[in-house]
Amino acid sequence: MAQIKSLKDLESFKNSVKEQIDTRVKGNQDGLVQIKVAMATCGISAGAKSIYNYFLEKVDEKKLDVVVYQTDCMGRCNEEPTVEVALPNQESIIFGNVDKAKVDEILEKYGK
Amino acid sequence: MAKFKMHILVCGGTGCTASKSQEIADRLKSNLLEKGLENEVQVILTGCFGFCEKGPIVKIMPDNTFYTEVKPEDAQEIIEEHIIKGRKVTRLLYTDPDKKEHVADAKHMGFYKKQLRIALRNCGFIDPENIGEYIACDGYAAVAKCLTEMTPEQVINEIKLSGLRGRGGGGFPTGMKWEIASKNHADQKYVVCNADEGDPGAFMDRSILEGDPHSIIEAMTINGYAIGATKGLVYIRAEYPLAIHRLQVAIAQAREYGVLGNNLFGTDFNFDIELRYGAGAFVCGEETALIHSMEGKRGEPTFKPPFPAQSGYLQKPTNVNNVETYANIPIIILKGANWFNKIGTEKSKGTKVFALAGQINNVGLIEVPMGITLREVIYEIGGGIKGGRQFKAVQTGGPSGGCLTEKHLDTPIDYDNLIAAGSMMGSGGMVVMDETSCMVAIAKFYLEFTCEESCGKCSPCRIGNKRMLEILDKITKGNGTMEDLENLKNLAGVIKDTALCGLGQTSPNPILSTLTNFWDEYVEHVQDKKCRAGACKSLMRYVIDQSVCVGCTACARNCPVNAIQGEKKTPHTINLELCIKCGTCIEKCKFNAISIQ
Repeated sequence: MAQIKSLKDLESFKNSVKEQIDTRVKGNQDGLVQIKVAMATCGISAGAKSIYNYFLEKVDEKKLDVVVYQTDCMGRCNEEPTVEVALPNQESIIFGNVDKAKVDEILEKYGK
Repeated sequence: MAKFKMHILVCGGTGCTASKSQEIADRLKSNLLEKGLENEVQVILTGCFGFCEKGPIVKIMPDNTFYTEVKPEDAQEIIEEHIIKGRKVTRLLYTDPDKKEHVADAKHMGFYKKQLRIALRNCGFIDPENIGEYIACDGYAAVAKCLTEMTPEQVINEIKLSGLRGRGGGGFPTGMKWEIASKNHADQKYVVCNADEGDPGAFMDRSILEGDPHSIIEAMTINGYAIGATKGLVYIRAEYPLAIHRLQVAIAQAREYGVLGNNLFGTDFNFDIELRYGAGAFVCGEETALIHSMEGKRGEPTFKPPFPAQSGYLQKPTNVNNVETYANIPIIILKGANWFNKIGTEKSKGTKVFALAGQINNVGLIEVPMGITLREVIYEIGGGIKGGRQFKAVQTGGPSGGCLTEKHLDTPIDYDNLIAAGSMMGSGGMVVMDETSCMVAIAKFYLEFTCEESCGKCSPCRIGNKRMLEILDKITKGNGTMEDLENLKNLAGVIKDTALCGLGQTSPNPILSTLTNFWDEYVEHVQDKKCRAGACKSLMRYVIDQSVCVGCTACARNCPVNAIQGEKKTPHTINLELCIKCGTCIEKCKFNAISIQ
C-alpha cells in the first residue's frame, strides 16, 4: 500500500478502514436506537433473515446511527417476522409481520 | 470488502491465551466456515478485557454479549445458537453474584460500570496486530496533529496542562520531565519506554502492549518530536513474549505504512523505535539501572543527579516514561488537556489502571478515575471479598508500597492520599487480603522479594534488608522479642534514609505500614506466640476436642506422619512434636473435632 505521508493520507486511509470496526463502535455506544430482529426457527422460516439483512443494508445506505442485531424467539409466532425497536430510555415497541415496506417505515420514523 | 454483521471478540491476552483462547478463535472460525458465514461474521483476537477471573472471555458485538469461562468445545454452540438463531448461550453468561441473575450485556456488569477506560481504551476492542483497526479508532491522528499543527513547545505545554503524572510509580509530572529533556541540547537524544514491569501481581503494562501496541509507538513518536529525539527504545522484559511479539508486529506495520521512519507526515522529522530486552531484574525498572542495562552494563542504579534528562543512555539526554503514561498521551493530544484535567482529583489527573488480585471476587485489570475510593474498587468493581469473608487490608504499590486498612476504605485514591496513608500508588498492583492473611507474613513476603531483587550495590539495602528479613523470620517462628520490634523500626528508618535508589529507600515500606496499622498482630506473635490468621505454621497447634471426637480413626489413618494416636472409639490426640500442620486431619474429620489454636 502507499505510505501515509500527510494528514490527508491518514484521513482517507481511516475512512477506508472505518467500516471494519463500525459494528463494534456502535455496539459500544450508549443511547443508540436498537433494532432487534427475532431469529428463531419460526422467524427465519417467515423470512426474518432477509428482513435482518435488509435492515443492515438500509442502515448502511442511509448511514443511520442504529444498532441492528438478532435475538431469539419473542413468542409471537403467529406474527413473525417480529422486530423490537428499543429506544433509549423509553419502552420498546414491537412490530409484527414485518416486511420490507415496514422496514422502510420503521427506519423512517426511528432511525436518525 | 464486505461489511461484517457481527464481530466475535476473543480475548488474546496472556491469561486467556493460557486457557486456550487461540484454539477457541480457531474453532469459531472453522465453525463459521462450515456454516458459510465467514463473510458475515468476523472473529478477532483482541487484547485483555480485564475480567481475568472469568477468562477466557468471548464478546459478541454489536449486542455486547459477554461470555465467560469459554472452552474450545463451546465454539460450536455459540455459532449455532447465538450467531445463527440469536439465542444466547445462557450457561456461559456472567452471573451477578448478588442477584444470582445472568447478565447478558457487558455494560450492565458491576465490574465495568464504574470503570473509565482511557489508557485501556482499545484493549479488548481492536485487533492489536492490525494497524488499520488502530487507525480506524483515531490512531496516529495525534502524532499527525503534533507534527503538522503544533510546535514541540505546544506539545509539551499541552501535556503539562493536562496534569498527567508518571504512572510507573513515582508520579513525576510528565510534561515537566519532557520540558527538562527538551532544554538539554545534544546531537542525539533518546526516548525510552519503560516496560520492565516487575511489581508482583501487576500486569497493566503488559496488557497495554498486548492489546494496543500502536498507542505506545505513537506516544513515543510524539515524545521524540517534543524533546527533539529521533530514536526510541522500548526496554521490555524477555518474560513477556506475547507483548514483544505484538510490539514487533506493530513496529513493522508502522514502518510499512510510513508512520514510523523518515519524513513522517511529510515533515522533516524522523523517528524509529528499537526493542531492548531485560532479564527481569526488578531494579531495572529504576531509570538509571534501566539505562545501564540497555548499555550492556550491570543493571545497577547510580546516584541522581545527573538525571537521565541530562545524561542518560550513552550519556545523551534521555526521557524515560512508563507504558501506561505513554498510553495516555495520544488521547490527551486529540481530546485536549482541558478534557483530561477535568478527570480525577486536584493533584492527580486522569485515570489509573490497577491489577486487582488476592482474596477478591473479580480478579483482573481495571481502570478507574483518580479519586475513586478503595471501597468502590473493592466492593463494587471487585465484587467484594471471596467467600464472604471479612476485609482486612489492601496492599498497594507493590514491594515499595504499604498496607491500607478498613479506616482507609473511604479515602479517595490519588498519589498524595496514598502516600499520606503510608502507602503509594506504585505501578498499580492492588492485593486484597482478608482475615486469613497474616500481616507479619505479608511483610515478610515483600521483604523476601526485595532481598532477592536487591542489586547489592549499597549496604543499607544489601545488608539492612537481609537483617530485617531475619528478624521477621524469627517473629513468624515464634522466637521474636519486643526488642526485635524496636530494632525492626529503627533499621527500617535507617534504610529508608540511606539507601541509594528508589528500590532500597522504599523497601521498608511494607514493614513500616504493617507496624503502624497492625502493631497488635506483631505483639501477638511475639508475646502470645499466636498468629490470629493461622498463617504462620510454626505458631499453629492442632488440637482434637476430646468431648467431640468419637474415635473413628479417620484422622489417624490419613495423617502422613503418624502423629495421631488413640484407640478405636476413644478420643484421639495429636503429638505436636511430630505434627507437620498439613491440615489433612481437619479435612478428614467428619465431626469437626479438630481445630487450630
